[in-house]
Amino acid sequence: MSTQPDLLYSEEEEALRAAVRDLLADHCDAAGVIARVETGAPHDPAAWKALAEGMGLAGLLVPEDRGGQGATHREAAVVLEELGRAVAPLPYLTSAVVATEALLACAADDLLAELASGRRIGALAVALNVPAGGAYKVVRFEGGALHGELTGVADAAVADVLLVPADDGGLYAVDASAATVTPQPSLDLTRPLATVAFDGAPGRLLGDAEPAVRRALRAGAGLLSSEQLGLAEWTLTETVRYLKERKQFNRPVGGFQALKHRLAQLWLEVVNLRAAARNAADALATGSDDIDVAVAVAQAFAAPVAVHAAEEALQLHGGIGMTWEHPVHLYLKRAKADAIAYGTAGAHREALAELVDLRAP
Amino acid sequence: MTDAAELRRRTAELLAAHPPATTDRLDFLRARFDAGLAWVHYPEGLGGLGAPRSLQAVVDADLAAEGAPDNDPRRIGIGLGMAAPTILAYGTEEQKRRYLRPLWTGEEVWCQLFSEPGAGSDLAALGTRAVREDGGDWVVNGQKVWTSSAHVARWAILIARTDPDVPKHRGITYFLCDMTDPGIEVRPLRQITGEAEFNEVFITDVRIPDSRRLGDVGDGWKVAQTTLNNERVAIGGMRLPREGGMIGPVARTWRERPELRTHDLHQRLLKLWVEAEAARLTAERLRQQLVAGQPGPEGAGMKLAFARLNQEISGLEVELRGEEGLLYDDWTMRRPELVDFVGRDAGYRYLRSKGNSIEGGTTEVLLNIVAERVLGLPPEPRTDKDVAWKDLAR
Repeated sequence: MSTQPDLLYSEEEEALRAAVRDLLADHCDAAGVIARVETGAPHDPAAWKALAEGMGLAGLLVPEDRGGQGATHREAAVVLEELGRAVAPLPYLTSAVVATEALLACAADDLLAELASGRRIGALAVALNVPAGGAYKVVRFEGGALHGELTGVADAAVADVLLVPADDGGLYAVDASAATVTPQPSLDLTRPLATVAFDGAPGRLLGDAEPAVRRALRAGAGLLSSEQLGLAEWTLTETVRYLKERKQFNRPVGGFQALKHRLAQLWLEVVNLRAAARNAADALATGSDDIDVAVAVAQAFAAPVAVHAAEEALQLHGGIGMTWEHPVHLYLKRAKADAIAYGTAGAHREALAELVDLRAP
Repeated sequence: MTDAAELRRRTAELLAAHPPATTDRLDFLRARFDAGLAWVHYPEGLGGLGAPRSLQAVVDADLAAEGAPDNDPRRIGIGLGMAAPTILAYGTEEQKRRYLRPLWTGEEVWCQLFSEPGAGSDLAALGTRAVREDGGDWVVNGQKVWTSSAHVARWAILIARTDPDVPKHRGITYFLCDMTDPGIEVRPLRQITGEAEFNEVFITDVRIPDSRRLGDVGDGWKVAQTTLNNERVAIGGMRLPREGGMIGPVARTWRERPELRTHDLHQRLLKLWVEAEAARLTAERLRQQLVAGQPGPEGAGMKLAFARLNQEISGLEVELRGEEGLLYDDWTMRRPELVDFVGRDAGYRYLRSKGNSIEGGTTEVLLNIVAERVLGLPPEPRTDKDVAWKDLAR
């Protein structure tokens, strides 16, 4: 490790957080998100337009001379914390981070600039559960066109362009209108999956798939931990608020020591997650030689914490937590799906075994 | 305000006037104190220059580069971390001038007479009595426990009950106690590790002149908060490299002894490694917050995290060692001067770390503190607030 990571938030980052939180308060209230998932089209185009185009946040990871904002993963991580707090149904992680990282690894500046502007949405056509360096399915490249079907592609339903790995080792850009995109009923209602099928779809070769996919999934895993942090923080804060208010046995339920201790333990987990997530974002931002370890630690730590936070929130809300009306289920579903996204905690621990030389028997 | 350049100039002056190579260690430390370079954030005349605390590192680096001796801070941790800030905050001018210099140089070691057999988590219920002899000395009787360094200490910070007729928090007074008084008896307290790192201290008719009272009569609980808060700051200020804590020895054993590895231990080791790294990063983040002048509530959680990790990691290490895990290096009763949680072998680490969730605030009490002060949840029901100490259940 060359330099000490900066684990704090700058004033600018805090200002960015406040602006995103304001925007989401206007566009993504819990009741609105629940109503939207019931329509079968959970994504929120108005909120995306405001966030991506209006605030210019889709281009944070793209240099200014390539059509972006020239910011870093540190700022993108702050945006993701807020999106996690709101379980916002927006393709930010999938388009502005994962697809964008894949394009940064290729020479495709026109597409990159389009994604950075927020006017088009991209999706990497790799199943959401695949970790960086893991095996992924490819389609057949034959006669100058793509053939085959891929499953488990997050946010594909709203993508304008799909980045598709093929059996010749290339990564191809395919216009979504040239593919058949079929939503899959998904555990996570706010980041749904879809199958994408190609029947002789024309594709434009962007570059080698392997390094682009690896880079994209690594950044996805690293910054997902910031989204999980936001999610965990919301569930903790909301549960504490509720337990101060809710009374049984003639006293606030939050005054019972058994519950106080559980919430204090959860707070400690969230505090630790903040440091781990900040460390991953800083490593990605500075291009530190510690990126692989920082990302694996953050993701191995974040998944169980976010799930624990959501599960505790449900249990401690009692019966209301079990209802469709209360938003805690959106957080639980997101947290559990996130525990698989870009590799499970176990997959990241396995990666660490090699990275830090603690090898299996 | 004294800036870094000024501190470096003064440090150079000190080094020129007292070259470490040819100066007696104690003479050098005294000169350093008198030059205001001991703890630069203390006031002038008391070992400091009223400079920002963060600039101490500048002085320390320049002194270390010239091979200057230090005051062996690990040996005098209670004096530096607890007694000194309290004396600074509540002492009279005379007390500050008398005690701080030999405390800092290590000429006089300090210990802490707070906990009692009947007052652990509920420290304010303490029963050691101090009675004033008509306008003269205080006469103290009682028993203290878990006192590290009592057998080498010259002085103690002591809290004792001076008024049993008021509720417990209000009847306590804070004293500076002479450990060479014939009424002080120090007995080693042997622990589960086999050694006696702590002591029991029996106090029988010990006379303390009123000039060694710190703060007002009955204000001892408030004064003690300064002591205890500084203990927590000291715990939060550390900077660890990766694998710098309890995970280090077990990771090294894993690498060096492939024949000990099993799949079950591998899963548990990796999980603990990740948790130890997250806790290390949290401590580093806390340190960065302190440096940036934005202390957060995270400090309250660090001890909780490290206590659990130390226990689980050392427990894993005993299992990893297999047949060796069945052995223990040495049960001889010893009196270590320094506490090193990571010292000795895996069995010692396992047993010693059991104390980490008890000493300096039990995990259960700290969880209450986090829940109430950080999360704002309702406090525990109190039945003792308005009851005179003498009427409490015991």
